[in-house]
Parts: sequence; structure tokens; C-alpha cells
Amino acid sequence: MKELAKAGEIKNVKDFMVFIRRELKPKGKIFTIFNVISLPIILLGFALIVIRLVKGLGSVTNLSQEFPWGIWIGFDVMVGVAFAGGAYILTFVVYILRSEKYHPLVRATVLNGFLAYVFYAGAIFLDLGRWWNIINPIFGNKFGVNSVLFLVSWHFLLYMISLFIEFSPAVAEWLGFRRVRKILASLTVGAVVFGIALSTLHQSGLGALFLMAKDKIHPLWYTEFIPVLFFVSSVFAGLSMVIFEGTISHRVFADQIDHDHQESFDRILIGLGKACAGALFVYFFMKILILIHGKQWSLLATPMGTWYLIELIGLVLLPCSLFLHGVRYHNLAVIRMAAILSMLGIIINRLNYSVIAYKWYVPLSQRYIPSWMEITITLAIILTEVWVFRWIANRMPVLRESPEWAMEEKTVKKSVTIRKEVPKWKVSAI
Amino acid sequence: MDIDRRSFLKVLGGGMAGAALGNTLLPRRLKAAEIVPPKQFSGVLVDTTRCVGCRSCEAACAEAHHLTVPDINDQSVFEKERKTTVSQWTVVSRYNTEKGEVFVKKQCMHCNQPGCVSACLVKAMEKRKEGPVTWETNCMGCRYCMPSCPFEIPKFEYHSANPKIQKCNLCWERLKKGEKPACVEACPEEALLFGPRKELIEEANRRIYQKPGKYLTHIYGEHEVGGTGYLYLSKVPFEQIGFRTDLGTTPYPEFTKGFLYSVPLVLLLWPAFLIGVNTLTKREDERKRGGEIR
Repeated sequence: MKELAKAGEIKNVKDFMVFIRRELKPKGKIFTIFNVISLPIILLGFALIVIRLVKGLGSVTNLSQEFPWGIWIGFDVMVGVAFAGGAYILTFVVYILRSEKYHPLVRATVLNGFLAYVFYAGAIFLDLGRWWNIINPIFGNKFGVNSVLFLVSWHFLLYMISLFIEFSPAVAEWLGFRRVRKILASLTVGAVVFGIALSTLHQSGLGALFLMAKDKIHPLWYTEFIPVLFFVSSVFAGLSMVIFEGTISHRVFADQIDHDHQESFDRILIGLGKACAGALFVYFFMKILILIHGKQWSLLATPMGTWYLIELIGLVLLPCSLFLHGVRYHNLAVIRMAAILSMLGIIINRLNYSVIAYKWYVPLSQRYIPSWMEITITLAIILTEVWVFRWIANRMPVLRESPEWAMEEKTVKKSVTIRKEVPKWKVSAI
Repeated sequence: MDIDRRSFLKVLGGGMAGAALGNTLLPRRLKAAEIVPPKQFSGVLVDTTRCVGCRSCEAACAEAHHLTVPDINDQSVFEKERKTTVSQWTVVSRYNTEKGEVFVKKQCMHCNQPGCVSACLVKAMEKRKEGPVTWETNCMGCRYCMPSCPFEIPKFEYHSANPKIQKCNLCWERLKKGEKPACVEACPEEALLFGPRKELIEEANRRIYQKPGKYLTHIYGEHEVGGTGYLYLSKVPFEQIGFRTDLGTTPYPEFTKGFLYSVPLVLLLWPAFLIGVNTLTKREDERKRGGEIR
């Protein structure tokens, strides 16, 4: 495997082109099971996307006047963004609370978050009927500032930029750009602070989109606190995704990860499991409070009530207790299972708001059920994201250690801060 | 604590960016000088007791907006409740009620404070000062207006590469010329009455009081979702003629107002809090091992 560019190796555009051309070549085996399965789906998906763009949304989706939002919004965007929440939580823990324990996971999570926003929020582009107007909320003279979606669209854009800045030192290390890396690394904390504020607002903003569908969402799900619920659930959704994705990438990219880190990963998982249990419990507690205040007891006896209880008990309370169990007995298998369950809970919850508990009174024959083409395109988007992630992880220091010259810079800075810091600390003590 | 110039500027810059952002995102408050003397929205009063189901309004509407003109003699359309479509901005439905057959014309209600308008992130949907809620082509096709409409009126052209939102615009192009909406002009039974909303409510009340027992003492649209431009009179309860009576009287934009007001607050307070925590943890950290995070 060809390593990163050496510091200062790339001096001009020609070097750069040579380097990029070399890096574009595939690095692993080409005919793996994953590739053989995923490539046809991706190609089919992209063919369907062309049909969608030429003939309109109705040609590939089962959307209707009754159900204007399908899985491209309810799953790709709503669930994708919730799962990408791991990035803002881990950066909070590592850069704001400075817990070094989780540091090894930050880059992979930030990269995942960034790609999730690019691909899944990018799915909005496919879902927009008049996609060529996608820049209208950003440029122009007619801003719908009273719209929740206006806020969400701006936040998506700004947050993608923040995530890219957070990840960019890895790109600079890959290219061997020493000075650029230094500048980009100095922006990280600012990007993190900004990113967390943006995430808080657009995670809850996605929920706020449904506030005006008051008459259409089942009363067990509709509450004025939807934004808060969406925000809190994004915490365990994101962390569960980190557990899930981390487990997979630690197997797939095992050769890139040094022994120490492999060992510490188990401790990290237990820590994440603890956080998930906490967030799930807070979420469960809020759901119960809302249920009691809503005085909708009688609805629990209806079929939709059963569905509500399945979500609340089976996909919130159960994973919460599984996480607790896994943390208590250091059982990683149980923690992983709990992560999958709570992720399933998020998928069901977001689909409830957009598809299932949305207009629950419409008979099944007239309901929206996604077409195979919608599902294929969604799969194609997910698989493309995995391909891009793999491409980057195989080339840039995402899971593996940063190159030595970048590490050196950090140690130098450390000793400088120590020397400078001593008198400062004395002054503040007086 | 001493702050060097660099970190001071960082914090200052962040705060100023936040403040500027907060300002642009806050729904703007009107200044006294900007407030124009109140002008009544115009609307239409539909007296369902007068409607005979001739569908002249449908034909007139289609002609006025270059849509497919329907065959209005076809009685089979009444077999089930009808909804507006991408090519029919207004439809008449027949309802079998406790007091016999009732015909009801449906179309956009032209709310005083429309959910679709506040949902639209590019102001493609607009409430005009004359009263109509109209759609423009700068629309992105996100279809957020559709779940946000209490009456499920905006219809989207799914089978077009250049799709539009289709809905009644209260003949805005005619209103600007001082003409009445096409449907109102076409109605042979005077079931439709066009005028300023306030006068329509007075007229509706007059009809209710003058003929006791003929009407329900309720004008649908007077208070529903904060008031609508279209107002309905009926002799039977409104649920029986296809109206939702559980919508409440709160204007739909109110539902998102609380969330939107919290946005500038979060954008200002959250970064301040985070920077504070970051600073606190830094000092402890540095004391311990002088760590500078990457």
C-alpha cells in the first residue's frame, strides 16, 4: 500500500496531478463480494436517477397528492441526518470537554457525518421537483425567513462546511501540505463550536417541519415538543451509529489500526453505550411525560396505540436496558445489539412522522408504499457513500495515525504551551 | 484570566457573526411608518344551500386558467367525493346528508395566515394584499406546502420534468384588473358572492338571522385556522359536507413560531456556553499535561 505524500513532496500543480492520478487507482482487491453486489445496484440506481430527472418524480416514486413526502425525505434525510449526529456529539466530547479517550474515533465519525450530509441530505436534490431552483434559498431576493425549511437548508449548507473544516487537516496530511494543515487545524475548535450550534438547531428543525402537519399526524406522535424529541433522539441515534459503524470499520480496516487502539476500542464502546443508555432514558422519560400531559390514554388501545407502544417499549426502553446491561457486565455483543435496536427505533420513529402515522386515517389501499425504484436509488446512494468512505479511509489518515511530521508539530506545540502556561497559572492563582 | 488579542478577536468575531445571523433570521418586526392602513382581504362567500351542482364554476375556472375544460354534463363524477387535482383548481362534490343532497364547491380557502406561505422557504407561495394566495415559479418543488396546508390544497405535478404546484389563485390576474373571480361570475344561482371579507361575514350573518332554521348558525372559515378568504354557509353540520371541524382556530404559522423564535437565542447562547466550557477545560487540561488538542 502506497503511503501518504511526504511533507512538502507536492511542490507544484504537476506533482499534484501525478499524486492524484496515482491515488485514484484502486488499492485493494477489485472482485470482492461487497463490490460484486454493490456495483450493479449503484449502476441501476444511477440509471433510475436519470429517468427521474427526465420524466419527473412520478416516473420512479409512488408519491401522491396525499403523501407528498416518501422515503427519500422520511428515511434518507430524516434518518440519515439523525445517524450523522454522532459527529457533533463526539466533537463536543473531544474538543469541548476534552475527553482524550474518544479521540481515535473523531476523524472517522466526522468523515462519516460529512459524507452522510453530502449524500443523504443530497438526496433532497433528487426529491426536489424543481431542483434547478435549489440555490434559491441561498442566493436571491426572496427569502422565506418564516419557514423552518429555510433554516434547515441554511444549516445543512453551513454544517457541511463546518464538518469539512473539521476533517480538512486529514486531507492536508494526505497531501503533505504542512503549512495548510497548521492553518486548517487552528480552525477546528471554531468549526466545532459553530457545528454544534447548527446541529442542535437543524436536528430539532427537522422535527419542527412536522409542526404544521398537526391535523395529519396521529395525536400519539404529534406534540409541540417534536423538535426537542428529534434533538434528544439524535444523540443516541448518532452514538449508536458510531458503535455500529466503528465495529464494522474496525474489522474491515483492521490493518490500519495499531494494536493499542484496537484494545482501547472496547473501552470506548462501553463508554458510548453508557451515553446511549442515558440519552435513551431521557428520551423515554420525555415521551412518557408528553403522553401523560397529552391525555391520550384511550388511544393506546387502538391499533395505532399498539404500534406506538412497540416503538416506545421495544425500540426505546428495551435498547436502553440492553445498553445498561452491556455496560454493567462489559458485554460488547449486547451493546452492539442495543445499538442496532435503537437505530431501528430511529428509523421507525422518523418514518412514523413522515409516512406511517402521517394520515393514519387513510386506508391501506391509498397509502404510500415506496416503489422498488425508490428503494434502489436509496440503496445506491448508501452504497456510493460506503465506496467513497472506503476510498478516503484507504488513503487519508482517518483510522490510522497521522504522519510523523504532523505528530511532531503537535508535540512541539505542547512543550511551548507548558512553558508559557506556568506563569499564567501562577498569576491566576494569586 | 488574561486573554491574548488573538483569542479575544476570535470570540468577538464569533459573537458578531452570531448576532448578525440572529438578526437576519428573526422574523422582522414592523416599524410604525411601514404599517399601511388596513385593507380588507377579499374573499368569496359560498352559500351551499343555493348550489345546484351545475359545475359552471369548474368550466369557467378551467377556461380562465387554460386548464383542461371538463364536460360539465357528466353526472358520474358525483359518485364519490372529489378533490382538486393538478388540472382542476375547483371541484363540486355531492354529499348525501341528513337533509338530502348538498352540492359543495371546494378550492383553496385562501387563509388569512396561510400555512403554505409560512412553509415556503423561497416565498414562491405568497398571500397577496388583495386576498389570494398565489404560487410563483421560483418554487423548488420541495412540497413542504402540502403537509402544511390544513385543507390539502396544493397539488404537485408528479409526472412532469418541469413540475408546478397547481391550486386556485382566486383569479389574482383578474382581481388586479378589478374583475371578479371567473367562478363567481359564472355561477347562475348566485351561490357565490365576492367581496371584502368583512362584508361577506356581515352578509352571511344577515342570511342566518333572516331565515331562522334555514342555516346552521356557523360560518365555516370565519374563525377556522385563524380565518379564511372563502366562507361557507350550510344547512347541515359541516362534517357531513366534507369539512374538517377539528382544525381549531389557531393560524397554522403559529405552530412553528415558538421554534423559530428560539433559533437566534440558541445561535447566540449555545456558542457562548461552548466556548466557555472549552476555556474551562483547557486550563485544567493544561495544568495536568499541557495538552493542546489537534
